[in-house]
This record gives sequence, C-alpha cells and structure tokens, in this order.
Amino acid sequence: MDEIAPEYDVVVLGTGLTECVLSGVLSVKGKKVLHIDRNDHYGGESASLNIENLFKRYGQYSKGEEPWKKYGRVNDWNVDLVPKLLMSNGELTNILVSTDVTRYLEFKQIAGSYVQQGNGARATVAKVPSDAGEALRSPLMGLFEKRRAKKFLEWVGAFKEDDPATHNGLNLNTCTMKDVYDKFGLEATTRDFIGHSMALYTTDGYINQKGMAKDAIVRIRLYANSMARYGKSPYIYPLYGLGELPQGFARLSAIYGGTYMLNTSIDEILYDGSKVAGIKATMKDRSDSDDAGDPGMKFTTKTKMILGDPSYFPGKVQVVGHLLKAICILNHPIDRTDNSDSLQLIIPQSQIGRKNDVYIAMVSSAHNVCPKGYYIAIVSTIAETSANHHLELQPGLERLGRIEEKFMGPPIPLYEPLESGASDKIYISKSYDATSHFETTTDDVRDIYRRAMGEELVVEGLREGQTLAEE
Amino acid sequence: MASRPGAAGRPGGRFAQFKLVLLGESAVGKSSLVLRFVKDQFDDYRESTIGAAFLTQTISLDENTTVKFEIWDTAGQERYKSLAPMYYRNANCAVVVYDITQASSLDKAKSWVKELQRQANENIIIALAGNKSDMVADSPDKRAIETADAEAYAREAGLLFFETSAKTSTNVKELFTAIARKLPLDQAGPRMRQNLRPGVDLRPETSNTQGAGPCSC
Ligand SMILES: Cc1cc2nc3c(=O)[nH]c(=O)nc-3n(C[C@H](O)[C@H](O)[C@H](O)COP(=O)(O)OP(=O)(O)OC[C@H]3O[C@@H](n4cnc5c(N)ncnc54)[C@H](O)[C@@H]3O)c2cc1C
Ligand SMILES: Nc1nc2c(ncn2[C@@H]2O[C@H](COP(=O)(O)OP(=O)(O)OP(=O)(O)O)[C@@H](O)[C@H]2O)c(=O)[nH]1
Ligand SMILES: [Mg+2]
Repeated sequence: MDEIAPEYDVVVLGTGLTECVLSGVLSVKGKKVLHIDRNDHYGGESASLNIENLFKRYGQYSKGEEPWKKYGRVNDWNVDLVPKLLMSNGELTNILVSTDVTRYLEFKQIAGSYVQQGNGARATVAKVPSDAGEALRSPLMGLFEKRRAKKFLEWVGAFKEDDPATHNGLNLNTCTMKDVYDKFGLEATTRDFIGHSMALYTTDGYINQKGMAKDAIVRIRLYANSMARYGKSPYIYPLYGLGELPQGFARLSAIYGGTYMLNTSIDEILYDGSKVAGIKATMKDRSDSDDAGDPGMKFTTKTKMILGDPSYFPGKVQVVGHLLKAICILNHPIDRTDNSDSLQLIIPQSQIGRKNDVYIAMVSSAHNVCPKGYYIAIVSTIAETSANHHLELQPGLERLGRIEEKFMGPPIPLYEPLESGASDKIYISKSYDATSHFETTTDDVRDIYRRAMGEELVVEGLREGQTLAEE
Repeated sequence: MASRPGAAGRPGGRFAQFKLVLLGESAVGKSSLVLRFVKDQFDDYRESTIGAAFLTQTISLDENTTVKFEIWDTAGQERYKSLAPMYYRNANCAVVVYDITQASSLDKAKSWVKELQRQANENIIIALAGNKSDMVADSPDKRAIETADAEAYAREAGLLFFETSAKTSTNVKELFTAIARKLPLDQAGPRMRQNLRPGVDLRPETSNTQGAGPCSC
C-alpha cells in the first residue's frame, strides 16, 4: 500500500455532495487534497442506496427475513436519501457544466411540477403555470385572476435588477412581497402557488419581510428560466440517482490528484494552539477474510485546514430544525398527475393548516433508480411538533394512494456550524435542508469556499489553463 | 456521457461507441497501454496516474464498421479501495492488466476480475493483458508468470487474453481490436437500446469537449 503523504493542504471529511464539489474544485486549483469518509461508500447523507441497504438502514426487517428479495435485483435500485432535484438553470447545473463533470453523468427531465389546492377529498392537483401563457390556461385561477397573474408573470420576466424602469414604481430594496402582490391585485390562492410552488418558499415568512421582494422575484425568474430550458418542468435529475453527483465530483478531484480513502475513521484531530494541525486516522480493513482482529492501517498526517460535514464535528454544530421524511415505494404513478414518470408536488402549508409545506418528489424506472413498474416517492416537511410525525406527513402520504413499502425514521436533525472556521481552520457544511433543490447547497459550497480560501469561488473557466497532475 | 452504444453515421456504415475501463495493480502499465493505443506514444518514466483519465479512440474493424472506445482510467481511486461504482456503471468492456515480471500482479488481476463479475454489467467483455512482454525478450529469467498459466486461467474465466508491450506496441492494437470484435455491434441488447440517448444535454450547444487531447480527461 502506498504511503500517505506527510502533509496535505486540505483534508476533507465526508463524501456528501457539498464536500465533493469543494474537493473537486480545490484539486483543480492545485491544492493537495486528502478526502476521507468513514463509510465504505460515497455520498454520506446524499448517497443513493440499493433496496437491501435501504431496508437495513431503516432496520425494517426481522432476523432471517430478506424482504428486499421481492423487489427484483438489489442493484437495480438507487434510492436517494435526500429528496432534492436540480433546477435546470440553477447553480449546480452551472458548476457541473463548468467543471465538465457532466461527462460522467447523464440527466433527464423531471416530467412535471404540480401544486395542490384544497385539502382531503376536495383537493385539486394542477400543473404549476410557468409563464404568462400557461397562466391563462391554468385551472388554478378564475378568468380575471388569470389576466392579473399573466400581467404579474410578464412583469417578472422583464424585470432587470439594475433598471428601475422595469420595477413598476416599486422600491424593491425596501418593499415587501405583499406590496408587490397588492400592486397586481393577486388573490390569496394565487399568492400561495406563486410563493410556494414557483419561488419555492417553504413557509409564508417571506411575504411581510422588508426587502424580500427582490429575492422572491429572483426565485420566480429562476423557476421560469429553468422551466423554459427543457420544457416539461424546471427540474432535471441524474440517471441512477443523486448519489452519482458526489461520485462525479470525487472523480474530478481524483483526476487532479486528490487522494480518496473510504472506510476510514478519524481517531483524533490534532491542533496547534487553537488551529487545526493534522489528523490521526485508521483505514479499516475490508478484505473478504473477515479478520475481526485486524486493526487496519493507522496513519497521521498534517493539514492546513479541514472541510467536513457536521457528523464529523458533533461539538462544533447546532441543531436548527428537524426534517421529516418518508421514502415510499409505489407500483403506480400518482393519481391526477397525468401518469407522469416523475414529478414534484407541493402542498402549500395554507391548504392544510400548517406553517411548512409538504413536498413530494417522485422518480421512477425512467431514471434508472428502480425496476420497471416501480415509483419512488419521498414525502417531506419540516417538523412542527415533537410527536405524531406521521400525522404531519399525512397530507402527502394521502396523495400517494397504495404504498408498497414505507421507510420513515425519526426526525432528522438539521445542523449548522457554530463558528465560521476563522479561528480553528475547520470549515463545516450545513445539513441538506428541506428545500426541493440544490440552490442552498451550492450557496453553502460558495460560503465555505469564501471562508476557507478568502476569495469568491469562480467556476467559469475553472479547468482552463490548469494542468493535470500528470502532464 | 457517451457510453451507450449507438449506431448512426454514414448510410450503410456501422458506428458503435462503448465504455472501456482499465483495472490492475499500480505500475503494471494500464496508462501506458492506453497512451500507446490512443496516441501511439510511450514514456519510460511515467508517474503513477493521476491525470489523463478519460480518453477516446476510434478503430475501424472493416470499411463499414467503426468502433469508438470511451476509455476510463481509474484516476488512482482504487489505490485505497475507494473506486466509485460510477466507474463500473455501464462499462461494456474492461481490460485487466498485470505485469508478467511481477507474480503478485496476476493475483491482483484475478481479484479485479472477480470484482467485475460481481459488480459490473453481466454482459461485460473482459480482456486480460499480461503487459511488459518486451522485458522478457532479452532476459527470459525476468518472467514471473508463464504464458500457459495465465492463458489457462483466462480460458477458464472466459476472458480474452494477450501478452502485450506498451513499450514496443506488441499486441496492443490486437488487444483492443479483439475486444471490439466481441462487442455486440448489431444486437445491442434491448436494455441498451431503450437507453439510447435518453438524456438532456446540459452543455451550451457549441461546446464539444470530447476529444483525445491531453486535457480532455
Ligand atoms: C435546449 C435543449 C432542450 C432539450 N430538451 C430535451 C428534452 O426535453 N428531452 C430530451 O430527451 N432531450 C432534450 N434535449 C437533448 C436533445 O434531445 C438531443 O439529445 C440533442 O439536442 C442532440 O440531438 P441531435 O439529434 O441533434 O444530435 P445528433 O448529432 O444527431 O446525435 C448526437 C449523438 O447521438 C447519436 N445518435 C443520434 N441518434 C441516434 C439514435 N437514434 N440511436 C442511437 N444513437 C443516436 C449520434 O450518433 C451522436 O453520437 C435538449 C437539448 C437542448 C439543447
Ligand atoms: N518495459 C516496459 N515498461 C512498461 C510497459 N508498460 C508500462 N511500463 C512502465 O511501467 C511503469 C508504470 O506504467 P503506468 O502505465 O504508469 O502504470 P499504471 O498501471 O498506469 O500505474 P498506476 O497509474 O499507478 O496504477 C512506467 O514506468 C512505464 O514506463 C511495457 O510494456 N514495457
Ligand atoms: Mg496509470
């Protein structure tokens, strides 16, 4: 086995998407990176699991049983742990293209984007209108409201941040989104689907906050532009599941000299005063010969900084909320969604008497994540109570119809770092949040890069002029 | 990604594209074999691979049939047993390399074959390459693995087999041509066919970064 180098510029802990994007970017920029994961697979909390590992992760079987056997070949399943999709025109797409990681991946559209109006048996499910033309055809609004919504969407489409003439007399630095909605005379139900299924806010907190109007408009534009890119929905999705994304960026890192060690535990983080100085770690033995007594390979190496996910730093993070999630396996598409092979369905909080929206993200064999005839739907929301979590997800579960298999663990804590990393040179990422896309993930990537490197991350043209380690 | 086999191009002509992965112990000559095949070059002082991990090369089997290999090198991720499943995914063929002057390298090659048979596509075509045959031309005592032994193993395991030299190019073209001939050019299975170009292209339409240039890895 080759020797581990005595010193690295950066040690990265955890192979989730955030960490792998950073590892890839830093390796391309010539940093010497050692990337470690305690698990024997890539992806951490953003991995995709096969069906056997899914049952095992949720402990959903008795000894001697092998319930996954009735679901065909175990490896035909790639079930995501995070219910997220990529915005076609979003920042992750930009990073994928700029780094050429697209070469290792293949993407497909998500077939539809839906929103629910009403509750229970009287609920309607409709496509989210994405532009002025679609607004006119939408069953979500009455005739006059359609015209007002069309006007509003045309205005958003023409909006230019640095051209006050396009601001319709509003001072967007100070006004609220309520002011904007009022100006266009939009009804409450229209505000609801615009704010929740286009701007993708998970609560109504944005409406009365001063200065948030601009943020809302930027979000609606991202939605509309993403929608316009491929046509069916604003979302794309990688074949074989989201777990391919971290692997793609890890490969980028490796190609530029990054060293990868899975199945390796961190025994100690070494400090020099208050600053991190190195790590002690053990690469566990994975030979088939079940050598229980094998201590594995122990090593120590120096590093100038550490980047890592919250699970590696329990003492340096705080819990900021809890995510509820149920992964459901279906053998039919979802009712009232045009037999779509994939979709996002948003149930706005106002329709079901909650503060937070309930999301459904569904993919299927069309994305090579399960055998033909199956559908994987993840229902999720932010926890609002400390018990009865099942009831909180119920409005989403109801939409699914018959469920073959449901995986639902305890509420998932969402972590954020306590400190910026300025004093200890340990830069910690945030947990994957409740949003339905990766925009906040790439915000975190940029934020960590800025904190760690002291400059803005520019991905455009990143690989130009960088020589590979070998040449 | 262009790993799916597809037929198009000139009328009457056949064109197919396949993903090929390389595996084997460090320093057996994986990258050297690719460099010889793709650029007809050899370098006596190569460093262990990090770098050029993605190359393409096209060969003509006959005047009507062209096969394009999309070649993935491991980028060193196998060094600490950390190869991503993405690497194997949809690989149509694999070249498992050992060094005929290093006895242990065949054991390693056998364990890669096992791993491939366990993890990869069931129809994957695997070739075993005993590399550095030039080294035993002058000094036969350097040979650590007898041709007959490796050949017997390859036959038993259902592998194509060649002794190669990236240095002198002995059997390099032959190795890749033999693989191309075994690949299902016409009857790409039903599963492959339905997967033909299912995706969306994220790149701006003008950019075409697929090439065999040194930086297009
Ligand atoms: C803005 C935009 C939106 C898009 N939206 C969608 C979308 O909604 N859905 C979607 O699926 N795709 C979408 N795509 C991708 C699109 O379908 C095509 O893949 C892309 O435009 C190239 O098509 P082409 O036929 O011009 O390429 P070509 O140059 O004809 O083909 C590209 C490659 O595929 C091979 N190939 C071509 N035809 C076949 C065939 N029949 N069998 C096997 N191999 C073949 C060729 O040999 C070549 O290697 C979109 C692309 C863009 C730019
Ligand atoms: N004599 C001889 N030397 C070879 C041959 N092929 C490769 N070498 C030498 O063997 C060494 C290793 O070759 P590489 O191609 O880098 O080996 P590799 O398998 O890619 O190694 P890793 O990237 O570390 O996994 C280099 O010094 C090559 O010059 C060959 O056919 N004959
Ligand atoms: Mg190499």
